Amino acid sequence: MSSTPGSQREAYQPPAAGSSGVGRSYAPAPAGTMFYLCAECGVKVGINKGEPIRCKECGHRILYKQRTTRMVQFEAR
Amino acid sequence: MPAATNHRNIVGVNAETVTNVSSTDFPGHWPGEDHSWNIKHFRRTFRVKFYRNTPLLSQFDLIHTDAAIANTLRRIMIAEVPTLAIESVYVSNNTSIIQDEVLAHRLGLVPLRGDKDALKGLSWYLRGEDSAPREPTDEDTIVLHLKKTCERNPDAKKTDTDPDKLYINHNVYASDIVFEPAGRQIKSFAHDPIRAANPDILIAKLRPGQEIDLTMHCIKGIGQDHAKFSPVATASYRLLPDIRIKKPIRGKAAERFAACFPKGVIAVREGEDGEKEAVVDNVRNDTVSREVLRHNEFKGIVELGRVRDHFIFSVESTGQFDADEIFLSAVGTLKAKTINLKRDIYKMLRKQALDAKRAREAENPDADEEDVMDTQ
Repeated sequence: MSSTPGSQREAYQPPAAGSSGVGRSYAPAPAGTMFYLCAECGVKVGINKGEPIRCKECGHRILYKQRTTRMVQFEAR
Repeated sequence: MPAATNHRNIVGVNAETVTNVSSTDFPGHWPGEDHSWNIKHFRRTFRVKFYRNTPLLSQFDLIHTDAAIANTLRRIMIAEVPTLAIESVYVSNNTSIIQDEVLAHRLGLVPLRGDKDALKGLSWYLRGEDSAPREPTDEDTIVLHLKKTCERNPDAKKTDTDPDKLYINHNVYASDIVFEPAGRQIKSFAHDPIRAANPDILIAKLRPGQEIDLTMHCIKGIGQDHAKFSPVATASYRLLPDIRIKKPIRGKAAERFAACFPKGVIAVREGEDGEKEAVVDNVRNDTVSREVLRHNEFKGIVELGRVRDHFIFSVESTGQFDADEIFLSAVGTLKAKTINLKRDIYKMLRKQALDAKRAREAENPDADEEDVMDTQ
């Protein structure tokens, strides 16, 4: 996995609302946002309905769905 | 010991054959001798000798019992002594590289330990039908948790490559399993909570961002069902070896003879005439490799064998119970099984007698009946 977000930027970009950066730890405003994992940088990206499928950081277009939070039962056999 | 010189007791071990394997001490085999089962005789001759008795390993001898009994006790120790083990794994999150089912399988095999009396008091969880599974209760189920998240170590230097330095919490050990007592378990396991018998078992490896979060239910089971329920690492026995030197072996030949056996089995002693002579010293150390039978020099001079009714047991516990406890538990289980069998046989005989009586009454309604318990 790559280093923490925000440290691999080369050009300075003024922090904008909703952009990926240190401020990403707040919850997304729309409650229907699904979080996916970028295939390249492994960062969690929130995609709303109608948004283009792209990683917010590296621009990669392949996103993986996260593991379900539903409980799964296994027999230890 | 007199038994060792009794030829009837010795199983012959030859270069390519094994002779005199079966026991012959049953009624009717030797004319004029009474070999019927006699509890007094058994009490007089049966012996148990301990050689080592630590909690995890017990080595002892059972002398003058039958192979059937020894084998039955061995089989019960492996397969029918009830043990607690993880049975159901409820995964809330597993982003590690170990697949859920593999992780669950590994967790099932972790041996647990806890308060012995509380474990004995644990009831059996009866699995209901799939459509109506029984609710687990504090009487029959132990709940354990495992939750670990791996993070990057911010203090690590740029040049470090050791995972211990680069990551925090990257190894999930059996010691990370947390016991959550419920109901009466809070009291009964207060002094000796449920934990892994060996805390250093590595269950999974994680890297930063990966997490394992699961709950486990443990129940009692027997080894017959699944090997995780076996309380012994293994329980085995071997027969005491028997070495008989027919003609004295002297001088250099004595040293060569001693080299054919493991250390300590043959001692080379100075005889009265000053010459070295080979003498059997500690027969227990022998592994009966029959190496001596490969040398023409010793042909006909030595006879190898095993004592048929002398069993050297070795019981290794996985940690839930003490090794000697497991053996005693096996004896208790054998006793319970025979009592059940006896009861069932009597039931069967009573039923037969009752059916016969009913059949007779159906034919002859006014006959006078004798005691129903009289069976032919």
